[in-house]
Amino acid sequence: MDIKRCVFVGVGGQGNLLASNLLGQAALDMGIPVVVSEIHGMAQRGGVVESAVLMGGAKSPIVSNGEADVVVSFEPLETLRILSRCSKKTLVITNAQPLPPFTVAVGQGEYPPVDRILEKIRMKVEKVIALHGNELAEKAGNVLSLNMVMLGALIGSGATPVTEEVMKKTIGKSTKKAFLESNLKAFDLGKEAGRKLAKN
Amino acid sequence: MHKLLINSPGEKMLLLGNEAIARGALEAGLAFATCYPGTPSSEIPEQFFTISRESDLYFEYSANEKVALEVAAGAAIAGLRTMVTMKHVGMNVAADPMMTLAYTGVKGGMVIVNADDPSLFSSQNEQDNRIYSRISSLPMLEPTNTQEMKDWTVAAFDISEELGLPVILRTTTRLAHIRGPVTLGTMRPRQLKSVFKKDPSHYVCVPAVSRKLHRELLEKKERACHMAEKSPFNEIIGNGELGIAANGVSFNYVKDAIADLGIEDRTSVLKLGFSYPMPKQLCVRFLRNCRSVLVVEELEPVIETELRAIAQKEKIDVVIMGKGVGGLSQLYEYDPRMVREALAQFCGMEWKGRELLKISGFPDLPPRPPTLCPGCPHRATFYAVGQVYPEDAIHATDIGCYALGAMPPLSIGDMSICMGSSVSSACGFSRATDQKVAAFIGDSTFFHSGITGLINAVHNNHKFTLVIMDNGTTAMTGHQPHPGVDPDAMNINRKQVSIEAVVRACGVEDVHVVKPFHVKKTIEALRASMEYDGISVVISEEICPLFAKSVGKARKARPFYVDKDLCKNHRDCIMYLACPAMYLEGEQVEINKDLCIGCSVCAQVCPENAIKPLKS
Repeated sequence: MDIKRCVFVGVGGQGNLLASNLLGQAALDMGIPVVVSEIHGMAQRGGVVESAVLMGGAKSPIVSNGEADVVVSFEPLETLRILSRCSKKTLVITNAQPLPPFTVAVGQGEYPPVDRILEKIRMKVEKVIALHGNELAEKAGNVLSLNMVMLGALIGSGATPVTEEVMKKTIGKSTKKAFLESNLKAFDLGKEAGRKLAKN
Repeated sequence: MHKLLINSPGEKMLLLGNEAIARGALEAGLAFATCYPGTPSSEIPEQFFTISRESDLYFEYSANEKVALEVAAGAAIAGLRTMVTMKHVGMNVAADPMMTLAYTGVKGGMVIVNADDPSLFSSQNEQDNRIYSRISSLPMLEPTNTQEMKDWTVAAFDISEELGLPVILRTTTRLAHIRGPVTLGTMRPRQLKSVFKKDPSHYVCVPAVSRKLHRELLEKKERACHMAEKSPFNEIIGNGELGIAANGVSFNYVKDAIADLGIEDRTSVLKLGFSYPMPKQLCVRFLRNCRSVLVVEELEPVIETELRAIAQKEKIDVVIMGKGVGGLSQLYEYDPRMVREALAQFCGMEWKGRELLKISGFPDLPPRPPTLCPGCPHRATFYAVGQVYPEDAIHATDIGCYALGAMPPLSIGDMSICMGSSVSSACGFSRATDQKVAAFIGDSTFFHSGITGLINAVHNNHKFTLVIMDNGTTAMTGHQPHPGVDPDAMNINRKQVSIEAVVRACGVEDVHVVKPFHVKKTIEALRASMEYDGISVVISEEICPLFAKSVGKARKARPFYVDKDLCKNHRDCIMYLACPAMYLEGEQVEINKDLCIGCSVCAQVCPENAIKPLKS
């Protein structure tokens, strides 16, 4: 089985650690060798939070520069920042809705226009899936379900060996009842977007 | 039932490295656990904290790592199986008891979990604590994945009891925070009580006793060395004459690199899992079989140096390399590509990995550093400090969320080296300069190691202000309790120690207690304390909003908004406070009502009174 190296990146509070954890659990449930790595601690105070899921028998828990097969990014600026992990062949799945860092508000830099960000990314990698993740999360009925949207887009893109069925079962097992419906809906909306955009 | 208590041997679970260690301890019949929390070790005691509420496991958050080790030492010498967890710099604090506990030894198995932090994800340095096993003579195990973290923890208890010595289990951030499959084993019953047998000639370390004990320790170390020789945790994999020695997470990078490069036949790998004492005979066998050796170990060249010593002593003609090959250095953590390139270079191979993208020419991206949360009381305290103290004042700060106050625009923090250093270094600053001096310490850090410095300041007539930023929890590491927490809020059966009472009992005569969200009063108190001729303490009390939320005590305040008719765009709010709930919409400051917790500090800062609570 081919080794698949997926990198997740987001901002503290966006829930990317839960997404990578669930993907890892689903892989384990399918009998796929898997290792997940996470960043805890200081970075979680509003900073950039990165995690990685390596499927298919890699022993190393992290992904070096140029070696990600898939990057799932919850924030466009962070997609740009983590591009060093990519090669030309990397599939980039990114939320296109920005969450500007606080430094922008106090004049320590400018947030580039999202169109320019996406253009830059498309110049560097061949396959980019950009979706309005927050909009889809809202449509699903829970603004906090962005992580389910992004996870859905990843599964919809077909870039990992994890199937929709198992992924949904895993989400079902680890979600509180009150959020289950909106989480699954968010997953489906992300999955449809991912599937459609992967074909283009 | 807690998932780590499930007694279903053979079941496979996806566990965090730290959860795997906790599970291993439980399988080994752990009866007694202590710690002071510290990233990247904190998730181990977190499990014990929860489990101790639903089982007969004894667990405590101790005041600091030295206390934690001493508490556990009593229990282990009495005969119980104990575990103490700490981050690498915590071992500096625990080092004093650890060095001589190695002399006395233990009756019940004791495992000291030490988590190093290469690349400094959440630490003030990246010291390599493998050195501690060398100066204490305590055996060390270094697992390489989640399964081993679980299994070797069980084994560590057995090794500890067989030798009568504490065993150090060393992880690094990358192992502590990976998730991987773990096949569960059987739970052994725990022994909860024991009877201590008096034996002063073994446990009272006066010189005459310790001279004898040191000899005994060296004998135990010799036995440990024999165990390491036979241990399945150490092995030579492959038969090639290109040798690679590795430990911990680096072993994984080596395994992957060998597979990627297709050099299984040319290499032999020395995996060091029971890494101290070094299994000398195994190393000799490895070295004799190799033409040259590359050591892949993060941080200090420990294995590299020791292999060289063995080769010299045994007159083995082999080239030993390590630091300096490719990107392998004493700095930061390694990664798979770096190790693959070093191995390729070592083997004299051409290796072209996937081409790196050329991303120069990208505009400077706005940084996203960690920041104080919206409504963090530290921001309010630091704002007030900035209003009172002159530009050249010296602000000695400490270890905790409030270290983030050193960043602009708050910019309160001129020195921080270790837990408690704020108070003591302020003593030195105030004597050595004529500048105004203030020290900043959190509540948990104050109990950990601030009190001694304060007593020193009182006794030696130092003159500065100590600001104790009491947010009611150990915030940075994930809201663990400490001696000052409200036991009712956390629903724990513990006594609360009053910070104010401690401060007064230390002999401090000028004490102010303020609520930092009352900006004016806080400024007044800080000014009075700055002008006080002697040691003065300001206790700034306000609960951490994240902690408050997690225990159901969140502020019931309305979020604020900017009244655009009144706002004259001074931007004092956003420029002085840097609250992440604020943002610019074009040129206009706005407040994100979902992030604002209604602390009202910005409203008090606004010169136009343009910031108001939202009508519900």
